[in-house]
Amino acid sequence: MSHADDHESTRRDFIYYATAGAGVVTVGAAVWPLVNQMNPTADVQALSSIFVDVGGLEPGSQLTVSFLGKPVFLRRRTAEEIEAGRAVSVDELPIDQESRNPNKPGTDASDANRTMDDAGEWLVMTGVCTHLGCVPLGNGAGDFGGWFCPCHGSHYDTAGRIRRGPAPENMHIPVATFVDDTTIQLG
Amino acid sequence: MSGIPHDHYEPNTNAEKWIDKRLPIVGLLYDTIKIPTPKNLNWMWIWGIVLMTCLVLQIVTGIVLVMHYTPDADLAFASVEHIMRNVNGGHMLRYLHQNGAMLFFAAVYIHIFRGLYYGSYKSPREVTWILGMFIYLAMMATAFMGYVLPWGQMSFWGATVITGLFGAIPGIGEMLQTWLLGGPAVGNATLTRFFSLHYLLPFVILGLSILHIWAFHTTGNNNPTGVDVRRTSKEEAAKDTLPFWPYFVIKDLFALAVIFALFWALVGFMPQFLGHPDNYIEANPLVTPSHIVPEWYFLPFYAILRAFTSDVWVVMAVNWLSFGIIDAAFFGVLAMFGSIFVMALVPWLDTSNVRSGRYRPMFKWWFWLLVVDFFVLMWAGAMPAEGIYSTISLIGTAYWFGYFLVILPILGVIEKPLPQPATIEEDFKASLKNKSGGNGPSPEPVPAE
Amino acid sequence: MFKKLAVSTIAAAMLASSPALAAGELGKITDYDFSFEGPFGTYDRNQLQRGLQVYTQVCSSCHGLEKVAFRNLSDPNGPELPEEQMRAYAEMYEIWDPELRDWRVAGGPDKFPESQFEGAPDLSLMAKSRVGFSGPYGLGINQLVNGMGGAEYIASFVDGFNGDEKFEAGTMFYYNEASASWVSMAPVLWEDGVEYADGTPATKEQQAKDVAAFLMWTAEPKMVERKQAGFVGVIFLSVLAALLYLTNKQLWAPIKKAAKEE
Repeated sequence: MSHADDHESTRRDFIYYATAGAGVVTVGAAVWPLVNQMNPTADVQALSSIFVDVGGLEPGSQLTVSFLGKPVFLRRRTAEEIEAGRAVSVDELPIDQESRNPNKPGTDASDANRTMDDAGEWLVMTGVCTHLGCVPLGNGAGDFGGWFCPCHGSHYDTAGRIRRGPAPENMHIPVATFVDDTTIQLG
Repeated sequence: MSGIPHDHYEPNTNAEKWIDKRLPIVGLLYDTIKIPTPKNLNWMWIWGIVLMTCLVLQIVTGIVLVMHYTPDADLAFASVEHIMRNVNGGHMLRYLHQNGAMLFFAAVYIHIFRGLYYGSYKSPREVTWILGMFIYLAMMATAFMGYVLPWGQMSFWGATVITGLFGAIPGIGEMLQTWLLGGPAVGNATLTRFFSLHYLLPFVILGLSILHIWAFHTTGNNNPTGVDVRRTSKEEAAKDTLPFWPYFVIKDLFALAVIFALFWALVGFMPQFLGHPDNYIEANPLVTPSHIVPEWYFLPFYAILRAFTSDVWVVMAVNWLSFGIIDAAFFGVLAMFGSIFVMALVPWLDTSNVRSGRYRPMFKWWFWLLVVDFFVLMWAGAMPAEGIYSTISLIGTAYWFGYFLVILPILGVIEKPLPQPATIEEDFKASLKNKSGGNGPSPEPVPAE
Repeated sequence: MFKKLAVSTIAAAMLASSPALAAGELGKITDYDFSFEGPFGTYDRNQLQRGLQVYTQVCSSCHGLEKVAFRNLSDPNGPELPEEQMRAYAEMYEIWDPELRDWRVAGGPDKFPESQFEGAPDLSLMAKSRVGFSGPYGLGINQLVNGMGGAEYIASFVDGFNGDEKFEAGTMFYYNEASASWVSMAPVLWEDGVEYADGTPATKEQQAKDVAAFLMWTAEPKMVERKQAGFVGVIFLSVLAALLYLTNKQLWAPIKKAAKEE
């Protein structure tokens, strides 16, 4: 085989491979939008962060909003509730000793790690029992003055920590921040 | 499968033999993809693959759009806007689906006229032709019902007018129309059933397309000369043909890439150009748009539908002969479906022994006049149905029927055809010599590049 | 021979399209230069913000914008209001919340309200449901050259009142030169009728152009993304076509060589 032939066949192979490569890229580019369209749409994504006006909330009252398809409890705790929550040391918690708070990741379940502000007045949690997903009753329900899940009898204290019953974890806390004195941003 | 002798699939390994004994699918695919194809196919033989791609494009984008669309008279319009605004890449998917229908029809018209010019409908390919006509009818039904789904003004009033065609049928018409609509007028029931059928029919088209391909794989492809492939031996057949893969697949893919580049430019830069602005106004049963015009691909047949008014003598005569049963409206409906019906009958109307129009000097002229007629009708269909436009539609319609019912039967008898090449191989060689500067006899040197 | 057919089919398909007819008779349409025209045209952010201002201060007293969400005002390739400004803008509106069964202050995810009156059409899609250029003879050539002209129509319309009025059947009608007809909408734009935040002189024509551009964006918010996808797609498919052409040529070369030599 002469050099000219060699050269020719290299050129030919190159074009074949380049064409096949471009074909593969075309197919990939055609498939990706078909996959991507199933991701959450812009209007759904827009709801991944909402603003809640808590200006009208008195101590001892609670607001429930729907966030990402689940209820979120925003509670302004009374002085007694704060005291009751702070009086319990982490070692005394029988079931779950983690804060379950993505705003303070990896911390223990002390009352201060569960609340939003240093004074412990604001408690924001996803209102879903960690057992099987029921919505617990609030406003001082249950044996520990916090929440009580009517489905299977889980008792949560004033910081939303599981104290007795089948639930395995403290009630989860969503990503939340104060954007100003009266507005909480969820997500 | 094919009548042309060629190599068939032979299972070699034990695994291949095992599966081949139970389900000979590899052999089927092999024979399909390696089918001997006439060497001299020109660039008009690419439209089949374009059409198949269109069908896949429409089915795939359609399935995806259904994930976000809501078939409800109160919500449909808003859900289309939801697709356009909120769904990831939704605006492109929707525009592709919308304009994809237009590419589909443009391709099918070229494909049909290709068949008419090269006599692809003639024996032994009548079944292929008839199946093609059924595919075309199914496409029209699918496109019409799909156009109703966005629930804009044109959707609503288009549905009203077209279903009104069935109301023109004497006696049972009104009952039939009510049954089609699911009520006295176009409404939610109409929308939901059109949605269901719009989803179903493409799969019917897919099935018919497989039969269509099966049919012409059985008879073998036609080709620009209309001369049959030599079938006495494998060696002789191989002189006339090449396997479909890779020779024609790559050629078709090249053409497909060019066509899709143009299509993509249309979708990317002017996706509204062929649509109706009125369809961005939500359907309103109380207000009719000033002009109701179908999509461009229906216009020729829409022109035929409207051509026959009660003052045309043919209509008057038929009305009198049928004791008033066939009125102008019904006559128009009959004419519209009849124009497709005569096209379906063309294998038996064309009396010429010569297949390809390339060797029919008189036929050529009439054929190109038919193409012009098609465009004239398309234009007339977009114009208001009055004055000179009605006359033009009528003349255009007369030629359409005249071509199939009078000209083709007579031409076969009176025309003196040109000499045809003895073999496909001969034509292939002649076309190559033509290209290199010779003055061969073949008037159309356009085989594969 | 058949190449001609392919070309003429495509051409005729374009010519026979009839948005022109659907729009009815047209009056005097000015062919304004908008930033979003042409294959590479994009929206002018400042113009959209000015148009939003005209919509808010003038149009919104009658016309709704129900397909557009407030959050869209911060989307890329739109008016691109900063997040806080967008939320502050949304808070000017009160909307009905079916979950609360009560009115509440609107937020980013909420949509603009509907029209106030039945007679005032929603403006979200107005720029796509109107055509500024048509003909000749339904051939669509003007649209091919000038574009659909929805924005031109809107700008010409709101700036197209010649001052003639008539009172008929209990309603006041105003003559509009863009639609060449009597319409029940009163002239709404005046010189310096709004005071632009960016200091642009608020001539009547300027306001008309700005609000038309804004409504073009509300009708086709993904236009820039679409053109980008179109551009990338055309380039890529052209490269693919070129490669396939070469592959095809090479594939057939020995076949043709053999046929010629025989």
